[in-house]
Order: sequence, then structure tokens, then C-alpha cells
Amino acid sequence: MSDSDLPYHSPNDTAPIIPCRGSGTSSSLRRISHGPAAFMHHLFRETSAFVWTGHGSAPTFLASVSITRVPEDRNGMMYSIVPLLVAAFLSSAEAEVRMTAVDTPNDGGGSITLRWIPLVQTEYAESVSVLGLYRRDGLGGERIGLAELALGDSAFIDEDVVNRQRYVYEIEAEFPSSTAILGTAEGTAATQWFRTDRSAVFVAVVVFTGLLLWFTYHARSGRRMFIRRIAGLEAVEEAVGRATEMGKPIMYIPGISSMDDVATIASIQILAQVAKKAGEYGTRLMVPNRDPIVMAVAQEIVKESYNQIGRPDLYNHDDIYYVTYSQFGYAAAVSGIMLRERPATNFLLGMFYAESLILSETGNTTGAIQIAGTDSDAQLPFFITSCDYTLIGEELYAASVYLSREPMLLGSLKAQDYAKALLLALTAIGVVLSIAGIPQFARAFH
Amino acid sequence: MFRRTIPTILAFVVGVFMIVQFFVPHPVLQTLYNMVLDWKQVVFGCVLIVGTLTLVRHHAVRIRFRKQGYGYSVIALVSLFAMVLAGAVWGIEKGPYPWLFDYVQIPGQATMFSLLGFFIATAAYRSFRARNVTATLLLLSGVIVMLGRVPAGEHIAVAGVSLSDLATWILDYPNNAAKRGILIGVGLGMTSTALKIIIGIERSYLGKGD
Repeated sequence: MSDSDLPYHSPNDTAPIIPCRGSGTSSSLRRISHGPAAFMHHLFRETSAFVWTGHGSAPTFLASVSITRVPEDRNGMMYSIVPLLVAAFLSSAEAEVRMTAVDTPNDGGGSITLRWIPLVQTEYAESVSVLGLYRRDGLGGERIGLAELALGDSAFIDEDVVNRQRYVYEIEAEFPSSTAILGTAEGTAATQWFRTDRSAVFVAVVVFTGLLLWFTYHARSGRRMFIRRIAGLEAVEEAVGRATEMGKPIMYIPGISSMDDVATIASIQILAQVAKKAGEYGTRLMVPNRDPIVMAVAQEIVKESYNQIGRPDLYNHDDIYYVTYSQFGYAAAVSGIMLRERPATNFLLGMFYAESLILSETGNTTGAIQIAGTDSDAQLPFFITSCDYTLIGEELYAASVYLSREPMLLGSLKAQDYAKALLLALTAIGVVLSIAGIPQFARAFH
Repeated sequence: MFRRTIPTILAFVVGVFMIVQFFVPHPVLQTLYNMVLDWKQVVFGCVLIVGTLTLVRHHAVRIRFRKQGYGYSVIALVSLFAMVLAGAVWGIEKGPYPWLFDYVQIPGQATMFSLLGFFIATAAYRSFRARNVTATLLLLSGVIVMLGRVPAGEHIAVAGVSLSDLATWILDYPNNAAKRGILIGVGLGMTSTALKIIIGIERSYLGKGD
């Protein structure tokens, strides 16, 4: 928005601004441009006059007026103070706004955040008709309009600034008989090199990576680790065997998300293990996909799994195929396949949304043994209701390790358990300290 | 080397970059991140062609060998090519393409979504059987939450507490606590899986296997 786009203009747009009070990024100013004050102002040929209207002492007030005077006009200075005093009290513009302009934190630069006390909270709220935000490129620079503000506004983010350049911001109000600058502030944008709002996440990642490496190292050294029994994963062998006995295929659904989703990656890792077991029994494995990238990865995984068990002949390219990207189109197609092909075993592992119950209930009606798993807490109740076994949350991520029993990977499960214990301890400490009236500990993790 | 080493190095470099860009807001890293997202779109576009070809081939094989339900495959292929033809000839803004989309595809999807209501009813019927103590608790919680979420629930009170308030308490405390417990485990599982791939411990996605 340019200056001319705004419905109000000050006749002294190019006049220099000198902060009267405060230093750095905040000050309160008022410039008189209309009404009785303007009349007195023009009468004494002032190019610009700024009157501080804070609650300070009279000497401060006089000093603030003095520094706004043009130095060479020393003769006029003495007699202009009195009329300015009069003008200040006669003017209807009696508001002031405390304003700050700071570099927007945790960003890549090019942004300044402005904050001020909303005018709606002041006694002058009813007398302001239009409120505008302006910006100058440094002192005396070109003045441009940024936005028309509402009385309740208290912040504005200027994302159109250059790093390391100083900008002066002004909030200008239009009163019934005058226009006045209610507040100014200076700010500079800069690039940050670290997001401090993510410090807690950073510490957590470092600690967890340390735990993971430590337990992986110990796992490599041959240390035996106990892993609790997971019923859903114990049933994989049984489910594949059942399909073999019945002479029916196995259907594996890797969710409807893309490879971006860690749940899909976990599902693909489980697919490798399931494909090996299916290959060992010579059972047909069908993998309908909603995402073409997941399909390409699934094809490679299944092919490789068959190769590893020495049964490359079992691989059928047409059994791992793309269906559609439409969520409910996919649900309809897979439900139809379940009803026609009648797979003896259904695996529903990965990320699911509203189609989860449609798929699992259809599978349930066909009498298939169903093993489901997802990290979507909203879909877990549906799977628990409709499926024989459900991997809840983290069990999905533990599945491939559980099935492969690779020692190095078992270390990661141990690291997860210790990290969980650590989080529980921190949560307990946070709860106790918050109850005791020390909320700073809990806030540190926000 | 091309099947193991280079992909592992690539996974490590890209993985570390993704972690770094999460913590460093510098414009250079953010530009690179956006570039990676653009590459993903390009890869997706290419793989979508491959996916469509497998779809055509899958149904063509079914039709050719007259497999059970091959009629559905005929409908699937006819629909696929009809939409492609309609879009290519008349465009996607007017003509038969938006008509097919608005009056065939969207109602079809809405129908599937509507089936969810019936499936929820059958699933609830199976779950809400008071076979033991925990199942009874589930049944009671379910009844309170369902009644508490409808206007009538505000006028029904148990021991001076309205069902609406009771339902809110169940959702905010026991239910939320369980959900957060699951989410903490999920978060750790996701981080663990990602770190295993970045560090190179987990390489089953390369076909390494056991």
C-alpha cells in the first residue's frame, strides 16, 4: 500500500522526526498539523513542531519542544514555546501510544515486529476516526503507508524490509479536527542463525541421538536385550500361515499417506518382513497403493525380499499396483478387491484417516484375519474394534525391528524406552514444581 | 556401491540437512528446503505416470484373462480414459470433465464417506458389549460421551453433574492422558526411525534386509 492509497495525509509528510522521549526503539510523539495548534504553528513559520504529551515534568516538556526547533531560527524559538504550549492543550488530539519495533525473532531476517498498546484501551478511542501505520527508511527517508489499522490492533509484522537497515515507524491518527502522530519506533531486521523457540526440541534430539548411539554400540557388542512380547507381531507368522492353508492371498495396505510420513516408512519396513514370510510359504501378496511413490518403493521392497529368500519367481509386478489418489476412491476400490478376492489375511499398517473403518470393517465381514497398526490416535479405536490385532502407536515403529531381530536395531528400541522414562521423570518434576508454584520449569519446554 | 553406499550417503546428507534447516532459519537453508519440496513435486509427477501405467496394465491383464470381476476393470479403464479425453479435448473448466467430476466422482466419494456412519454403528455394536469390567467401563464412557455431546445431555444430570460436563471431563482428562501417552511413544518412534535411517543403521529400504 502506498502513501496515496491511505485516505489521510499529513501536510508535513517530509518533515524530520526527532524522538522527544526514550531511546532505542520506542518513543511517544505527537505532531500537530490541524486545528488551533496548526494555526499557531503556521503562524510562527515552524516547519515542524513536535510536542511531547507524556506525563513527565514541565522542564522535560520544554526541553522536548526545544529540540524540535530549527537551530538557526533561535530568535523564533523563544516566542514559539508559548504558543506551542497553548496549541498542545487546545488540540483535540490528546492521545499517545507506546510503540516498539523489534527484529522478528527466529526468522530468516527481512521482518520487523511492531507492538503497541491498542488505542481501544485508551480514553481517546472514541475521538480517533482513522488510524494509519507509516514507515520511513531511516531518519528523513521516504514515508510510505503500510496499513490502515483498527483501534483494537496491537501488532503488525512488516515483512518487506531489508536486513541491517534502520526503519522508523509511525502511527498516525486522524481526529475530527486534526491529524497527529501518536507513536514512533525504530527497528532493524537481522537474520537469526538458530531458532531459540526450538531449543527444547534441539536438546531432546541431541539427548535421544546420544542414547540411540550408546545402545546401538552396546547392541553391537553382543549384549542381550529383553524386548517385551507384542501380540500383533507374534501373530504375523500365524496370519501368513493361515492364508497359505486356505490358499488365499494376503493383502497388505501401507496406509494412504506418502513417503514423507514416517508411519509409511515404518510400514514399508514391515512389508519387507511380511513379503519374506509370504515368499517362504509361496503365498500371493497383493499391495494396492494410493501413492505412486509408495507403490514404486513397495515394488522394489517386495522384489528384493523375494530375491533374498531365493524365490524371485514369486514376484508379480501386477500385484503391487497404483489404485487412485482419491481417498474414498481408494477405500471403494480396496473394499471391492477384499470382497472379490477374499484375502485370508489383511495387513493395514501405516497412516490412515477416515477410510480406516471402511477398510477394516469390510475386511472383518469377509472373515479375514486382520493385523492393523497406525500412529493416528483418532483411528486406533476403529482398528481395535474391527481388527484381530492392533499395533498401537510406537509398536508400529518397533515392528520391523521386532520381526527382524537385528541386534543393532534392537538398541534403538532400548533407547526409546530410556527416552520415555526420561520424559516421564521430567513430566513428574514439572507437575510437582507447577503445583508448588514454580511454573518456570514447565514453561522451559514450551 | 550404487545400490548401498551412495544411497546411504545421500540419506545421511539429506537427513542432516533437514534437521539443520529445522533449527536454522537462514534464508539460504530455507531456499534449499523449498527446492527439495519442488523436486518432490517433480518426482511425484514422474512417478504418477508410472503409477497410471501399472494401473492400466493391472486392469488390462484382468480383462485379458477374464478374471473374476473383470467387468469392474472395464469400467475402471473406460472411466480413466473418458476423464483424460474429456479434459484433453474440452479442458477442465467446462464441458464434460467438470460435469463428470461434480456429478459422478464427488457423489461417489460422498457415498463412500456416508457408509462410515453404518460401519460405526456395527463397530459400536460389537464393542459396546458389557462382557467384563473394562468393556463395561468402555460402554459407560461411550454412552456418557455420546449423550453429553447432544443438547439433551445438558438437561440430564447424574449426582448433580450434567452429562455434558461429565463428557467434557472424560474427554479432557482420562482420554487426553491416554492420547498423550500414545503420542509421546509415537514421537519417539518417529524420531528413532528417522535417526536410524539418517545414521545408516536401518537400511532395509535399500533392500538390505536382515
